[in-house]
Amino acid sequence: MPVMELSASQDRAFFEAVCAKSGQDLLRCYQCGNCTAGCPMQPYYDLAAHQVMRLVQTGQRKAALTCSSLWLCAGCGQCSARCPNQLDVALILETLRHMARRAGYNPQPRVAQFSRAFLKSVHSHGRVFELGLLLRYKLASGRLLDDADLAPRLLKVGKLHLTPTSTPGQAEVAAIFRRYEQGAGS
Amino acid sequence: MRIGVFVCHCGTNIAGTVDCAAVAAAAQQFPEVVLAVDTPYACSEPGQRAIIEAIEQKGLNGVVVASCTPRMHEATFRRTVERAGLNRYMFEMANIREHVSWVGRDKKLNTFKATDLVRIAVEKLRYNRPLTAKSFAVNKRVLVIGAGVAGIQAALDCADGGLETIVVERTSTVGGKMAKLDKTFPTVDCSVCVLGPKMVDLAQHRKIKLYAMSEIADLSGYVGNFEVSIRRKATYVDWNKCTGCGLCADKCPSRKAPDHFNELVGRTTAISIPFPQAIPKKASIDASSCLHFLKDRCGVCAKVCPVEAIDFEQQDEVVKESVGAVVVATGFDLLDIRRFGQYGGGRFPDVVTSLQYERMLSASGPTGGHLKCPSDGREPKSVVFISCVGSRDRSMDRAICSGFCCMYTAKQAILTKSHVPDCETHVFYMDIRAPGKGYDEFIRRAQEEYRTNYVRGRVSSVYPKNGRLAVRGADTLLGTQTEVMADLVVLAVGAGAAEGSRDLAEKLRISYDAYGFFMESHPKLKPVETNTAGVFLAGACQGPKDIPASVAMGSAAAGKVMALFSKERLESDPQVAQVNAVRCVGCLKCLRTCPFGAIQEVQARDGSTKAQVIESVCQGCGVCTVTCTDRAIELQHFTDNQLLAEVNYLCRSWMEKSPA
Repeated sequence: MPVMELSASQDRAFFEAVCAKSGQDLLRCYQCGNCTAGCPMQPYYDLAAHQVMRLVQTGQRKAALTCSSLWLCAGCGQCSARCPNQLDVALILETLRHMARRAGYNPQPRVAQFSRAFLKSVHSHGRVFELGLLLRYKLASGRLLDDADLAPRLLKVGKLHLTPTSTPGQAEVAAIFRRYEQGAGS
Repeated sequence: MRIGVFVCHCGTNIAGTVDCAAVAAAAQQFPEVVLAVDTPYACSEPGQRAIIEAIEQKGLNGVVVASCTPRMHEATFRRTVERAGLNRYMFEMANIREHVSWVGRDKKLNTFKATDLVRIAVEKLRYNRPLTAKSFAVNKRVLVIGAGVAGIQAALDCADGGLETIVVERTSTVGGKMAKLDKTFPTVDCSVCVLGPKMVDLAQHRKIKLYAMSEIADLSGYVGNFEVSIRRKATYVDWNKCTGCGLCADKCPSRKAPDHFNELVGRTTAISIPFPQAIPKKASIDASSCLHFLKDRCGVCAKVCPVEAIDFEQQDEVVKESVGAVVVATGFDLLDIRRFGQYGGGRFPDVVTSLQYERMLSASGPTGGHLKCPSDGREPKSVVFISCVGSRDRSMDRAICSGFCCMYTAKQAILTKSHVPDCETHVFYMDIRAPGKGYDEFIRRAQEEYRTNYVRGRVSSVYPKNGRLAVRGADTLLGTQTEVMADLVVLAVGAGAAEGSRDLAEKLRISYDAYGFFMESHPKLKPVETNTAGVFLAGACQGPKDIPASVAMGSAAAGKVMALFSKERLESDPQVAQVNAVRCVGCLKCLRTCPFGAIQEVQARDGSTKAQVIESVCQGCGVCTVTCTDRAIELQHFTDNQLLAEVNYLCRSWMEKSPA
């Protein structure tokens, strides 16, 4: 591994931005590893949660924003519940995820593809239409046969409908999307 | 009045951001000021000499020094003016360092504020009157509360110094936490073997009177003359007769009493002597487990006792003692293990506290020194130690480091290997804190010689798996999750204030911190004093401490007591409240608000009720002066006229001028 040139690479503005956007004081983190210890997704991470915290502390913007772990976090909040310094670690990871998306980093394209397909489905129907979501995601990702073996079981228990079902809140949900598109978010 | 003003530069501490010469020049114009100068270091020998010379040559009868906080040098300058023949209370200090130069950067504004502070000091000084201290006799007996190793040391040192010493211990034996330890770090010598002789000395010293199974009911009085009420709790055994033969415990049929000495590992009899080296070696009955008290039958102990010491009718008894000083050495308690649900504390029998583990290792413990899992009695083949349980944990409002856990954990890992050589030992830690003499070498021994596996990371959970316990943590050095199988999990539970410490603090009128540990008077320079004169601290009641530090602090407290008692009479502070009997209507609101019990009710000659201040008890806090609706009670040196002179100037000047 190359030497980390701290004086050249330390991006304090990035550190401050993560603290400000997440509302968490990352200087509290003393690297005890309790976030990592309880994380159910840790086996799939490229960087452990505490290592992501350390990258932010040392202002390593690119390394923090390009790691896959941000996209694999299930958002269960175990890390936040266990942190002895009361840091909302899951919220920090989410903050980084947004920053990564805006910066155009996408190390796990399928997560973004799935999220887009999910939102599109909710936008169209007011709630998720599983079959539509499934097809849209598979076409976008090219992973046509992933999890196909689950389909018969889902059909049998009535969890996979062939046509979208309507929901009473459809108009309100559509309004949410409209507000977002009109610039409430970015 | 002829007032002199001295404006100190304190090097650049003040002069860096305050124009001291301008402040002195302004002060020259203040009423009754005949001399105002600036000086590089007022507290230095030449600085003080200049003040003395000015008093003598200019005939000053009041002095203002504008410099640092009075907590730093008020005593210095009072002695200075005294050396020149003035009363020490004809001196005022304006704090233009902590209140001005250290907190503001704008030199112009700072100079303006410093000038104002000097002015209000001058205004107050114009109303100052000479005050004279009174003196009172000292009762040269000392009370030591708590007979752990710190209290024992303090008591022995006081007694060896010739002082009559009263020791009050809450439990039925002296020795405290140290008596429960199997071995001590970093020497791995038998704890009770080194403590035992001191316990015996305590019991046999002719200058020491020991009250075991006793608590402080009340403390009144003041430095040099305290009155203490001691509640001797009923033991249902006449200790004057009991020989400690142990026959009663042998025959007691109630064998399921909680064994507090053994930290609730195992059970004991309803009548018991806590451990073989107990001092005093006397039996006592736990009424909550005794069949006589629960079901009104049995009485076997009374039948077998060869000296007829059993007394079921015994009651709590309050005895009074008079002392001149108090050493508080009430130690600490571990946090409740049930607070750590994620580690199975209180749920899994094989998850124990470090102090319980200590009893499990001890030859006088409930397992006779054989290491056994509490659940099924099997010998553990893997023991996992978890550090910082309830320490350095803000989510539990416990930001403090308990300080000694790293060391005893290493010791317990080493002892585990000597009990069961083929047992694996793992320690989950965040940082190792081992700054004492020989301490870090000891941690290395645990790792290198005793093959303890140290894993750098916290544990997130302990859960049952295949009849054993799985400990899931992180190895932050590897960046992985780590899981270890354990037969026994030892939690290095953080040290908290001893049970009841807050109540005791109220009785002793001393302060405590957010964790309930007693506050020292100054963290560096007065570590054993409290803010109540004559009450000193020793050991872990002031904050978690290991044995050497507790012993040192016990001796330090004894040294303080002996220094206090080296004088026959003590001087009282004249800055106390005083009642103007003409104005007092006898409502006694002051009596009820005084936190020190310094006000008493008296009858005037005409039979009316009046308040009176007991000068030696009054601490000069001023609560009574704001309570009194008739302005009948005033604090000397802080009278209404003095404070109003300050306020009047400030308010008037604020309306007349404002900073540019």
